[in-house]
Amino acid sequence: MTLLPYFLIGSAFGVILVEAEVVSWFRIQEMFRFDAFHMYGIIGTAVLTAAISLLTIKRLGVRGPDGEPLGFTPKVLGTGARYLAGGTVFGLGWALTGACPGPLVALVGAGTPVMLVAFLSALGGTWTYGRLRPKLPH
Amino acid sequence: MEGTMSHLFTHPLPWYIAGPLIGLVVPALLLLGNKPFGVASNFRHLCAALAPCGIEFFSHDWKRLGGWNLAFLLGIFAGAVVASEVAPPLALTLSPHTTAALHQLGLHDLTGLTPHEVFAWASLFTLKGFVSIVIGGFLVGFGTAYAGGCTSGHAISGLADLQPASLLAVCGFFAGGLAGTYLILPIVLR
Repeated sequence: MTLLPYFLIGSAFGVILVEAEVVSWFRIQEMFRFDAFHMYGIIGTAVLTAAISLLTIKRLGVRGPDGEPLGFTPKVLGTGARYLAGGTVFGLGWALTGACPGPLVALVGAGTPVMLVAFLSALGGTWTYGRLRPKLPH
Repeated sequence: MEGTMSHLFTHPLPWYIAGPLIGLVVPALLLLGNKPFGVASNFRHLCAALAPCGIEFFSHDWKRLGGWNLAFLLGIFAGAVVASEVAPPLALTLSPHTTAALHQLGLHDLTGLTPHEVFAWASLFTLKGFVSIVIGGFLVGFGTAYAGGCTSGHAISGLADLQPASLLAVCGFFAGGLAGTYLILPIVLR
């Protein structure tokens, strides 16, 4: 498996994140303050485009190289606790850093090198979750 | 070169162009190798690579399962470097309400991609810098691992696939985001 195509799609994603100012701390503030449509427009049309694409792929019955139908493995809902609690913790971090994981990495390359510290700290956060995982409600 | 390239784009790239392009990443990754669009899993793969420490969550074969995703992540970094060199984001036009609210919180320099008063090496060990960068980053890593996804994994891929778990996660994203914006930032930034 060659990794180059994934690198290239990632690059295109990185360019869009910067050019559409999704990486901007200020745009995230506008979003959480409901003062601008920009971020809602981006996320909304991204969901719509992805949904139409998924439906089309399912309708056409497109299969991967190993014969598996293309699509996502459904997330196990369970009590839902992990999604609400984990989501809330991430949301707090999103408001404080002004960046979700993609933009966090993009910002390191786009002129805010101190975001590297936030990235390393995020690794620490994921590691801590892995450590505490057996004790947390899921 | 730089001047001409900058004029190819209006800034910011409008939502109705950026959103559909981001949405197309989902079928692109599926068609390429049946991979699910998501960025946060890379934190897990990197933990497994750097410090698995016998923890079950990091005992997966990160090279086989996460290689493509790490290449994608490296691409995001490279794309951001190129974009900021070739067509750097211009001074952004922020909504008057947010501008006023941020002024009230004591932020006066609203240029660039992040507030320079907060996201600078010199601010790292001040309260606002430490909470925004170190604590904020930690919460992003902890929360996305706990929720099993971030904006790309849950808000875009999961909602597009009509998964109830992702809808719950997105409710959490906003609950946390609003709490951070209205309860924590006012204490930290002032």
